[in-house]
Amino acid sequence: MSAVVAEHDDHHADEHHDHGPAKGLLRWIITTNHKDIGTLYLLFALAMFFVGGAMAMVIRAELFEPGLQFVDPAFFNSMTTMHALVMVFGAVMPAFVGLANWQIPMMIGAPDMALPRMNNMSFWLLVAGVLLLASTLLMETGAPNAGWTFYPPLVLQPITVGKALPFAVFAVHLLGISSIMGAINIIATIFNMRAPSMKMMDMPLFVWTWLITAFLLIAVMPVFAGAVTMLLTDKFFHTSFFNAAGGGDPVLYQHIFWFFGHPEVYIMILPTFGVASTIIPVFARKPLFGYASMVWATGSIAFFSFIVWAHHMFTVGMPMAGELYFMYATMIIAVPTGVKVFNWTATMWKGAMTFETPMLFSIAFVVLFTMGGLTGLMMALAPLDFQYHDTYFIVAHFHYTLVPASIFILMAAGYFWLPKWTGHMYNEKIGQLHFWLSAISVNILFFPQHFLGLAGMPRRIPDYAIQFADWNMVSSIGGFIFGLSQLLFLYIVIDTIRGGTGEKVTAEVWEGSSNHSLEWTLPSPVPYHTWTTPPTVVPTEHVLDSH
Amino acid sequence: MSTNVAYYIPHKATWPVIGTAGLVTMLAGFANYLNGSSSVGPAFMVAGLVVFIIMLVGWFTLQAHESETGMYNHDVGISYRMGMMWFIFSEIIFFAVFFSTLWYTRNLSVQWLGSGATKELLHSAYQATWPTNGPGDVGGKFEPMSAWGLPFLNTLILLSSGVSCTWAHHGLLAKNRDQLIKGLIVTVALGFLFVMFQAFEYHEAYTSMGLTLGSGVYGSTFFMLTGFHGFHVCVGAIILSVVLFRSWKGHFQPENHFAFEAAAWYWHFVDVVWLGLFVFVYLL
Repeated sequence: MSAVVAEHDDHHADEHHDHGPAKGLLRWIITTNHKDIGTLYLLFALAMFFVGGAMAMVIRAELFEPGLQFVDPAFFNSMTTMHALVMVFGAVMPAFVGLANWQIPMMIGAPDMALPRMNNMSFWLLVAGVLLLASTLLMETGAPNAGWTFYPPLVLQPITVGKALPFAVFAVHLLGISSIMGAINIIATIFNMRAPSMKMMDMPLFVWTWLITAFLLIAVMPVFAGAVTMLLTDKFFHTSFFNAAGGGDPVLYQHIFWFFGHPEVYIMILPTFGVASTIIPVFARKPLFGYASMVWATGSIAFFSFIVWAHHMFTVGMPMAGELYFMYATMIIAVPTGVKVFNWTATMWKGAMTFETPMLFSIAFVVLFTMGGLTGLMMALAPLDFQYHDTYFIVAHFHYTLVPASIFILMAAGYFWLPKWTGHMYNEKIGQLHFWLSAISVNILFFPQHFLGLAGMPRRIPDYAIQFADWNMVSSIGGFIFGLSQLLFLYIVIDTIRGGTGEKVTAEVWEGSSNHSLEWTLPSPVPYHTWTTPPTVVPTEHVLDSH
Repeated sequence: MSTNVAYYIPHKATWPVIGTAGLVTMLAGFANYLNGSSSVGPAFMVAGLVVFIIMLVGWFTLQAHESETGMYNHDVGISYRMGMMWFIFSEIIFFAVFFSTLWYTRNLSVQWLGSGATKELLHSAYQATWPTNGPGDVGGKFEPMSAWGLPFLNTLILLSSGVSCTWAHHGLLAKNRDQLIKGLIVTVALGFLFVMFQAFEYHEAYTSMGLTLGSGVYGSTFFMLTGFHGFHVCVGAIILSVVLFRSWKGHFQPENHFAFEAAAWYWHFVDVVWLGLFVFVYLL
């Protein structure tokens, strides 16, 4: 163990030959370097994206035609449950933590994360949690199949979970500890490790959105842990929390779950907003429009996320005052979200725009996320939700906010920063092909699900009535194209790491990017240790108003 | 960072992955045990726990050594304090879940069970009063725990331990090692006394009051809240014992004693949770 010694010269890219990475595979197990851990998170998330994606392919294959074709209903339900858990906790959240690990220290001029050993543990606890969850796939009674929300009393019935429940509960505990440790690390890094010349209102928006997301994580992961702990004791230790015969209430579980669950969806979307706000100004060659309003909008979305949870439960039985309150509170969220969408649009207005792959994905995000947001507004209306509840309309809605939003922005982030991380340029032609295939097929996949839902097709059922056949087939075809298209991204990631187009990238990579954020002032590829002395000048282009 | 002593960045950490392996082995064993495995499950649990404890001892010994050899500058100390602060915040939220459960059950769901159509159609004889084990009389007849016996004594014990902890802190700041060590001994002793009384109270509940974890929703909330709290008191007392050991070895300076502060914060947090328990679980 040796301390990083601050060098007293102005050259910020000092190479530390005495403590570079360890040799061999061990490097990746015992590393405390934020870039190594970021890489681990991103590669793990990419792997889980394909695992979760394969499960989605099973679902779409079964739904290709009415009737039972390929899998039995219990396994189908395992697939919907595990697809959700793997995508949320194994792919989207870890991918954003990976981006945070790579980018936050570079963007704020810090030598590393504030608590590097804990950073390592966060990653391995994530792997342990996902392995514990995945191990249930190999059990004779199968993986959990009562839905990722684990509603009692269904989840406590022997037939629905078999032996999987305690494994799923402990997996949630491990994932929760991992997330809380990661969030604490991010908060300490942002508050304590910024370059002295960087004020809070100078920070890139990606850093701001992650700071607020980290608070959400600390505030809600223990809630989920508490909820599943009560499931465990109800199942194995004779408690009656969710058992009406003993004075408990199964609806209580839904309240607790969604008190976690609603902020959880913003945990997946706020860093998405942050990346979009980072990419769009660079390719519009303009400062971000309304920086301060973006920060405040992010903060207010986070605040509102705590007081709207029961809009997931309009049909479950609530006093009328509760229905009305949660309806109006939910609709308020459209205001700060609208601020963001208009700000991105205004950033592009009269910009000298170019349309490289990261920008294409970001523009598609703005358009398609708005779609998902508008259907969200429809469901916020309690009387309308009585029709939409538990139908494919809901499935269409949240997939629009997750796939062409979070996933598209993760793709954009990959194309945007891979040249910085690897020093190699990705193949722009294949990148654009990946974008157009994804953007078209994602709409073929999810748009028809709106029609299916409005016509009354319930979610989480392996079979359906004959009148739903046509749109299900269209949706499945879109799904297969979308799934196959993602192999292009896998190819591009591997190809770029191994040399890409062979083109030597500059420190800036994208024209003018160093006016926007600090990482573009570092060489490409970035050295193993960066900012061992903090930068003295901080780019402020992103905080200038455009008028 | 703007100071001349650099922010300490450790390299090549082995304890995190060892601790993770211990933790996941323990939990996999526990899950197997719950599913009915009486041999493999407990074996994994014990093995995992041993590895986890080895990790705790190893990692904290390393941290203490690094701290005492002056490797942490002021900024590292701030990161550690933020870490502890937000960890305690997450713990507060965890307890808030169970307090909310108690509130929701007492004030909403039990009332709903005992009124309107639910009462008329399903169980007209049920009286929605607290404490209750529900219309199904789950767990049979029981006697609720009174606030004025051991619980009140335990309140006094924990409050006094908060005072002795602060007294020890004053000793540390005044370089009065004798006061530091005496204060910590008293705090740790009171902590373990609390746990002993709590165990006695549980014994009483199970053997002569008919009150168990299975006594409907009253038993569930009572044992879950007091049980998790008791576990936290144990952890806090163990942390304070380690701090006592380190004080006795001559560790900690008035300007450098993060471990003491973290332990004291944790202890006060456990103290405040108990006050909540005393009011909402025992008294009201």
